[in-house]
Amino acid sequence: MPIKSLIFLCILSVSYSAKSQPKENKIQVLNFEQLEPYLHKTNDTIYLVNFWATWCAPCIKELPAIKQVEEKYKNEKFKVLLVSLDFEWDLTSRLDPFVKSKNITSKVFLLNDPDQNKWIDKVDQNWWGELPFTLIYSKQFRESYSQPFTFDELNSIINQKLNNL
Amino acid sequence: MKKLITIVCISLFAISSSFSQGYNVGDKAAGFKLKNTDGKSVSFTDYTAAKGFIIVFTCNHCPYSKAYQDRIVALDKKYKSQGYPVIAINSNDAEVNTEDSYENMIVRAKEKGFTFPYLHDETGDVCRKYGASRTPQVFLLEKKGDDLIVRYTGAIDDNSQDAAKVTAPYLANATDALLAGGVPNPSFTKAIGCGIKMKDAK
Repeated sequence: MPIKSLIFLCILSVSYSAKSQPKENKIQVLNFEQLEPYLHKTNDTIYLVNFWATWCAPCIKELPAIKQVEEKYKNEKFKVLLVSLDFEWDLTSRLDPFVKSKNITSKVFLLNDPDQNKWIDKVDQNWWGELPFTLIYSKQFRESYSQPFTFDELNSIINQKLNNL
Repeated sequence: MKKLITIVCISLFAISSSFSQGYNVGDKAAGFKLKNTDGKSVSFTDYTAAKGFIIVFTCNHCPYSKAYQDRIVALDKKYKSQGYPVIAINSNDAEVNTEDSYENMIVRAKEKGFTFPYLHDETGDVCRKYGASRTPQVFLLEKKGDDLIVRYTGAIDDNSQDAAKVTAPYLANATDALLAGGVPNPSFTKAIGCGIKMKDAK
């Protein structure tokens, strides 16, 4: 067998196994202290941190827009982080199956820190705790949004931010 | 150009939302007349002996509201006799979530044995005036002459998940402070909740 075909076969089998065994999206449970560093990264990437929950209808509605934008800019300096505020007892029965069924590939955390008054202001002074809530930041800027996004809205924000990098 | 307009609109949207949060501590609260689950109207003037009110914006569908139902009943039982009755208000548009319909409010009030009025803010006008953004969210009002002054606003306590693990019962502490002639501290707290989705204003 020529060596080229062998290489081709190797690539084929690797990509096949990657497809047949999708990387499992393991949801980490964090308290606020553990989450906080993710809200203050100082590298050259733009971060979108979306606070949501499976029971929050407008949150669920905007997830496809976030996924679409993430997909569009997957080769750019842009990262999505989903912070779920589902109750911890709903992790295996509700959140995990939801993330799997929607094929969510972004990093997902479950923020389990009941004393919310202590940490909501540390996320953003303008946030009162309603969901969804989205933080878009880089080391140069920091913006917050308490309304759900459509794809067009989010796309134009991220596009503009990436152009300004 | 279109992009720029979108960005400007979104930015305005983001900024305006942080300014439209309604009543602050010290503000005068507006009265209202809303329908209770028994079909009768309720307003502040029905309570001649009250020293004030515990207003709770809540609803049927929200898991955080559900987590607090029993605690709200307990608060009413404790403070009604001391002059601070609970009045619960649902301002959600039932067309967004049918669980929050007036009919379902009647069912919930019966099921959970609500000892307080559970009022239907069908137009969302009361919610807009108070500036409640999520459920559950409370406004503790103190009667001063003919006025009702906001003395505390925010969360019920510091643990939505487990009543047994509460270390700071914010609302109860604030009500106790008023009953003792003092000032609530803190007078403002934040908590995670479900965004209130009202009918569009007419």
